Amino acid sequence: MKHEELSALEASFNQLIETLLNKKQESEEFTVKLSSERSQFTRFNHAKVRQTGCVTDGSIELTLMQNQRSSFRQFPFTGDSEIDWQLAYKALQELREELPLLPLDPYLVLPSGTNTSREVHCGNLLAEEVLVPTVLEQLAELDFAGIYAGGVVIKAYADSCGQKHWFSTETFSLDYSIFTTEAQAVKGTFAGSEWNQEAYSEKISDAKRQLQLLSRPIKELPRGHYKTYFAPAAVADLAAMLSWGGVSEADLQQGGSSLASLWRKEKQLSVAFHVKENFQRGLVPRFNELGEMAPLELPVIEKGVLVNTLVNSRTAREYQKTANGANSYESLRAPEISPGNLSFEDILTHLNTGLYVSNLHYLNWSDRPTGRITGMTRYACFWVENGEIVAPIENLRFDESLYRFWGDNLVDLTNFQEFVSEVGTYDGRQLGGSMVPGMLVEDFTYTL
Amino acid sequence: MWSELKKAIAQINIPADWLGIRVVKETSFTCHVRDGIPQTNGKSSTMGFMLEVMINGCIGYAATNSLAIQDLEAAAQKAYRQALAASEWWIHPFGVENERPKVVGQYISPFLKPFDALSPGEINDLLVRVCHTLRVSDQIVQTLANLTTTERETWFVSSNGSEVYQKFMFFGTHYGATAQDGAVVQQRTNNGLQANCYQGGLELFQQPDLWVRVQQIGEQAVELLTAEECPTTCTSLVLAPDQMMLQIHESIGHPLEIDRILGDERNYAGGSFVNQRDFGTLAYGSPQMNITFDPTVLGEFASYGFDDTGAVATREYLIKEGVLQRGLGSLESQARAGVPGVACARACSWNRPAIDRMANLNLEPGEGSFEEVIAGIEHGVYMESNRSWSIDDRRYKFQFGCEYAKLIENGKLTKTLRNPNYRATTPEFWHSLVKVGNSSTWEMYGTPLCGKGEPNQTIWVGHGSPICVFANVEVFGGG
Repeated sequence: MKHEELSALEASFNQLIETLLNKKQESEEFTVKLSSERSQFTRFNHAKVRQTGCVTDGSIELTLMQNQRSSFRQFPFTGDSEIDWQLAYKALQELREELPLLPLDPYLVLPSGTNTSREVHCGNLLAEEVLVPTVLEQLAELDFAGIYAGGVVIKAYADSCGQKHWFSTETFSLDYSIFTTEAQAVKGTFAGSEWNQEAYSEKISDAKRQLQLLSRPIKELPRGHYKTYFAPAAVADLAAMLSWGGVSEADLQQGGSSLASLWRKEKQLSVAFHVKENFQRGLVPRFNELGEMAPLELPVIEKGVLVNTLVNSRTAREYQKTANGANSYESLRAPEISPGNLSFEDILTHLNTGLYVSNLHYLNWSDRPTGRITGMTRYACFWVENGEIVAPIENLRFDESLYRFWGDNLVDLTNFQEFVSEVGTYDGRQLGGSMVPGMLVEDFTYTL
Repeated sequence: MWSELKKAIAQINIPADWLGIRVVKETSFTCHVRDGIPQTNGKSSTMGFMLEVMINGCIGYAATNSLAIQDLEAAAQKAYRQALAASEWWIHPFGVENERPKVVGQYISPFLKPFDALSPGEINDLLVRVCHTLRVSDQIVQTLANLTTTERETWFVSSNGSEVYQKFMFFGTHYGATAQDGAVVQQRTNNGLQANCYQGGLELFQQPDLWVRVQQIGEQAVELLTAEECPTTCTSLVLAPDQMMLQIHESIGHPLEIDRILGDERNYAGGSFVNQRDFGTLAYGSPQMNITFDPTVLGEFASYGFDDTGAVATREYLIKEGVLQRGLGSLESQARAGVPGVACARACSWNRPAIDRMANLNLEPGEGSFEEVIAGIEHGVYMESNRSWSIDDRRYKFQFGCEYAKLIENGKLTKTLRNPNYRATTPEFWHSLVKVGNSSTWEMYGTPLCGKGEPNQTIWVGHGSPICVFANVEVFGGG
């Protein structure tokens, strides 16, 4: 995206806010959230192009508050000031008519801070005419599937008390899998803000080496308990469960958290297990839906103890807590699990005999109050004997409690971390990711 | 709208074999109340177009949230460049006649009461009352009530004369209560997460049994606190239609999507244990099993007249007497795979290209009322309402959990059981189907939460089923 186009979008957003401030009545407060993207999506299967195109999208969410009531309107943001103001004005009129009809909200939080921020991260992405050959030319005879998603993503916020944030970033991700004839696969993600051909070639060469291991005959394992090494991508999937009925203060208060036993100090996790929010990398905006800034770092679990939950201002008001800049879902936006002592070279020897799990798939709570999670192994998972990789495995279902695998059964975490990029594109391209180590776990339960 | 779109088609000057524009205009109203306190109220509107061009069998697209003629023209140029840039690496040459045939028609959702028959204030008041009714005791620690309505219009025009207009009215509610006693926490909802989704108007809201049902949800949440754990055993498993919805969706719908079988989804949603050679021959399950793809059911959530490439929607058997007949494959997937499919190319909005999706996927009724079905079981577990779902990337090994269960002893429902779960592999499970209830037990549900595709898309599906009995299934509890 050209610099002038980006500036024009920002100018259009600023103008919309200025006009809204001028039109605001004395007793009214408002917040405005902007989400916008210009994205290239090219989808691959069998190292060919399956679908390719580009999407120009943007939406504004205007929330109006008055007399302890609130309502919102979400409408398109085109970057054309005239069109965007017409939509905003219609929304404002509708909201003014609707608000008196609504019930009082005792926990309504009005915007109140003085925060402002502006971050613009430019990238150097592949041009549309060279994208396909650049990705595919070195994949001859490989069964490659996946998606390239790249372009500018904008998140912005403004409100009636003058807070304003603008965050734009130009990034790409190539999320892919390369398959053997037996449907075993290497999974990879190549992401960043600048396409680096040398680094990409290295990733593909590495994948080819892993494919050789995967071409060995597949081992089918009976259900049971196995010592397991989880690579960072698998750990990231497990950590993501903490954002769904885990670290949210509202979930704890309302019976929906898997960490309630930890919170009540009835249970404890391993002293080696630490989780924090870490915004230092600057990959996601720190501001939330009320323009509040999260702290650069916030410890959540320290030495196995839940030291902070994520608390947004609404939850804080309802339960008399102190807000800590959490978003409306009270989910982790920049999670990090601290490293341990296990070196890369020692992973297989310390595992000795058991499973090497590279990725997981389709996790869900099987019994949330006891922290039990079920899911599947997926992609490049191996049976290891006496510290040597023996064979790829037929995928297994697991059903295990986090109080066991992050508790007494946690042997160690690796002394290195990897950044696992968020590559989701529901409702638009997601930003950020998680910084996690690998982990070695005793006696992990596989059920099917 | 028509005149503007036709004008655009006529004006756009690119050397393409085919050009199509699909416009989507959608407004959703959401109202969410927790513990009788308003949480969210508002409307979301989106409007934009997806423009596709075909050159030499390749398709490129561009999508924009503007309908200005200059944006349509710019999008056509972009889509053209996209197709051109991919042409040397394109997966399969498509043809205008077969993959984008001319089609003209319209579809409009049935409804009795428009969505503005109640004001947002009246809807909030009713949802507050739902929360109060759910709170049957002090052990209820959370009550939820939400309502969503969506009005969606689509226009599809193309350079070969297609003109399709469809107007959908989607309606959904969700009610739930969470009960807690110390470390024991149980949740009960109205048929599972957002399962009450249909096409229609506000007549679907205040059903005659609404308040009785809401009270029952609250009471059953409390009842579960002192219920026994579901036993760990292999036994007869009886699934209510609200759990059959999930069972059909995950273990029949997804594995039969031809784009999964062709490998398009292997990097994200996954592949399938079914392969192209299985169509017409594979015994998918027992002879009791009759599965239809049916976008013609009045009021079911994913009914429509045409898919998003213009294919005319018709009712088709996917599985007949247990044998696999055809897959969930669009015109594009049918051309690539050479197997019969259905009109199922759908996109979640204007900003995503169409892919193979389920619509309404229903299990046809068999014989026997609820009482007759239960009476034939000496020992078993009856489960209602999904609460946990997980299945592998080939749709083979699954584990599902429900909210509420009853023990079946000597042909009768006896004790209430909590934390009921079951697991199996898809083929063994469907081959263990021994009984399908009659039409008096058939209920339909829907969900707006089916996720798939790269870029990701969440879409709406409907599933209807009678109660079903599966023999010798592994069931277990929580803890």
